[in-house]
Order: sequence, then structure tokens, then C-alpha cells
Amino acid sequence: MSGYVAVAAVLGAGVLLVTAAMVVRRLLAPRAPHAAKLTTYESGVDPVGEGWAQTKVRYFVFSFLYVIFAVDAIYLFPWATVIRDADLGRASLVEMGIFIGVIVLGLAHAGRRGLLRWV
Amino acid sequence: MSDLAPWVEVVLRAVAVLAAFLVLPLIVGQTEHKVMAHMQGRLGPMYAGGFHGWAQLVADGVKFVQKEDITPARADRWVFRLAPFVALIPYLVALAVIPLSPTVVGADVDASAVLVLAVIGVGIIGTLMAGWASANKYSLLGAMRAGAQLVSYELPMVLAVASVALAAGSLSLVSIAEAWKPWWLLWQLPGAVVFLVAALAELQRPPFDMPLADSEIVFGAFTEYTGLRFAFFLLAEYAGIVVMSLLFAVLYLGGWSGPFEQWLGWLWTVLKGFLVAVVVIWLRVSWPRMREDQLQRLAWVWLVPMALLQLALTAVGVVVFP
Repeated sequence: MSGYVAVAAVLGAGVLLVTAAMVVRRLLAPRAPHAAKLTTYESGVDPVGEGWAQTKVRYFVFSFLYVIFAVDAIYLFPWATVIRDADLGRASLVEMGIFIGVIVLGLAHAGRRGLLRWV
Repeated sequence: MSDLAPWVEVVLRAVAVLAAFLVLPLIVGQTEHKVMAHMQGRLGPMYAGGFHGWAQLVADGVKFVQKEDITPARADRWVFRLAPFVALIPYLVALAVIPLSPTVVGADVDASAVLVLAVIGVGIIGTLMAGWASANKYSLLGAMRAGAQLVSYELPMVLAVASVALAAGSLSLVSIAEAWKPWWLLWQLPGAVVFLVAALAELQRPPFDMPLADSEIVFGAFTEYTGLRFAFFLLAEYAGIVVMSLLFAVLYLGGWSGPFEQWLGWLWTVLKGFLVAVVVIWLRVSWPRMREDQLQRLAWVWLVPMALLQLALTAVGVVVFP
């Protein structure tokens, strides 16, 4: 438990660090806002168009795959702590083999359907 | 430290972690300046501080504090201003739970391997916030690339760490490093390679720096940043190198085990981590940037199957040859 108190203290130290840095910056840095300075940077020309535009988010399939595998990974960690148990060891090895096998099959299917290509 | 009051100990730990967090990234950064320069037949910084430009990054920091901090008029102000902190602080927390030796550790928690992975994943939210809140086309493209990259490379990394946890039968970094034996260098080699590549990609270091690609999208999600906030993003990158290198040393190189470990102890971990950091720098100098689709393909077609294979190899090794 005391370990997590230390983690919280470190988090607090981080917040203090950035707050202190921002106070120092406020004291030292100049402030001279100017319309041209505040425009969006677009390689020297005035920004083109509005904030909204249509685009194709190409990696949504990767996000689906990621969610599936991330759930898989969550099950792997508790498995790591029980696999040495003599009663569970071999049986859990087979079970995990089946579990991972199903997911690999899914990945292979996605690959075969051409979903693992960015373009 | 057991004779101190509990709150004093907690404060001391936080201060020590903060000090390490402010010093180690600068050492890695200076090493990068010098190693990269010499690999390219240059000298690198030579003037700041006198001896071989040792104070170059301190001078850079002083310079950044004195620069004007600009928030673009179209930006989402609060999100834009908070983004650098969200990118930086997770690495501080990650550094706190990585043990340098069984006794030299900022915060000793049970499932430190899982905690480190969870915390490192938060950093990307800072990049996404920066990219979205900037209201800049380059920034948005950079943030999207960064998000896609993290989604693809988080997975092989988690699987590689799961394999080591499996081999050691523990989720604690201290127990993992204590269970380590030299022949794991061979047994866990595929996992180590996967981890190193995935770590480079998560840090968005060359050859995986499409999210920043200066020749395509200026500086990606950080295009609109100036002054100290920009410096914080850079500090986050180098703190990330420190965290990943130490993590690699603890997981795959046995951390503090080595000759005279009862006297040297944490020095071994730091030394091994430093060598890994030099390799990270070396890879930056020697590889060209990959294309976005090549990067995704590498993750899903090569790294994920390789990590799963390593997992099977580890599981069979643990059960069949206990």
C-alpha cells in the first residue's frame, strides 16, 4: 500500500514541477501578442478553409484489432502468475493455446481480406 | 529509510524521483548530441559550460524559459495548454516504479510491470490533445499518425512484457529481474527485439518518426508550440528514452545482476540502461524514416506474430522444463 502512496506523491511532484515551471515562465518570458503571430501556421500562407474537413481515418480496422488483442493481453497477465501451479500448469497451457489460436486465426483472416494494408 | 516518519520518507522518494527525472533525460540528450555528432564526423556542442559543451542542454532550458509562449487564436486554449503536461507526467510516474536495485526504487508496488505499461500509454493522450487543440492541419495529421502508431505498437510491447512476466512467474519488476538468468538472453531474444522496436515506435523516434516527420508535416502535433511548452514535449521524448532503456535493462538484461552486484547493484542497471539508450541513438543515426503503411505492416505482420510466438515459447519452456 505504501508503494502506491509514493506513486501518488510522485504524481503530485510532477504537478508541482509543471506549475512551478509555468510560474517561472510567466515571470521571465516576454508577452507581446500580435494578430499575425496568433494565426495558425500553414507554411507562411494564410490558413486555408474552415476547421472542419472530411477525411478518411484509415486505421479504424487497426483500432478494432487492437481492442480485441488488448483484451487478450489482459487475460495473459493473471495467467503468468498461475502457470507454475502444478494442478493448473499443463491444462492452462492448452487452454491458452486455444484462446490465442482463435485470435491468431482472426488476425490471419483480417490479413487475408487485405485489412492490414494502410492504403 | 525505515527510521524516518512515513510522510518524510514519501516526500524524500518523490524528490529523489523528480531529481532523477530532471537529470537523466539531460544526460541522454547530451549523449545524443555528442554521439550523433561524432558518427557524422562533427564535434557537436563545444562551448557551453567549457568542457566539451556539457552545459548545452542547461543553456537550452534557460533559453526556452525566456521565450514567448504563444497560444494560437484558433486553438482550444485549455486543452492546448494542458497537453504538454499530460505528455510529460506519465513518464515521471513510470520512472518512479522502475527499480534500479531491490532497494533503490522510487515506489515499490506489486504489479509494477503492468503499472508501467498502463502509465506509459497515457502519454499519447498529450500528443492527441496537442494535435486536436492546435486547430492546425499539420498538427492534426501528426496526432492521427501518432495515435495509429501507438495502437499498433502497444500490442507487441504488452505481449513481449507478458512473456517475461510469464517466464518469471511474477508481475513485479523486482521479482522479474531477480528471476532472470543469463540464458534468458537467448530464450527471450525474440521478445527483446520486439520490445526494442515497439519502444522506438512508441517514443516516435527515427526510424518511426512519421508523427513528427519534419520534411512532410513540419513538426506534427507540436507545430504550434513555442517556448517552455515545446521544451516539455522534447523533455517527454528524452524521459521516454530513459524509461524505455531502464525497462529494457530490467526486463531483458537482468537489471542489477552482474559481477560484484552486492557492491555495485543499481550502477549495473544504470549502466545497462545507458547502453540501451546509446543503441536507441545509434538507430536514429543509421536508419531512414519508414513510410506510414510500412510501419503498420511491420507491426501487424511481423511484430505481433513474433510476440505471440515468443509467448508460446516461454509458456512451453515454463511448463515443460520447470
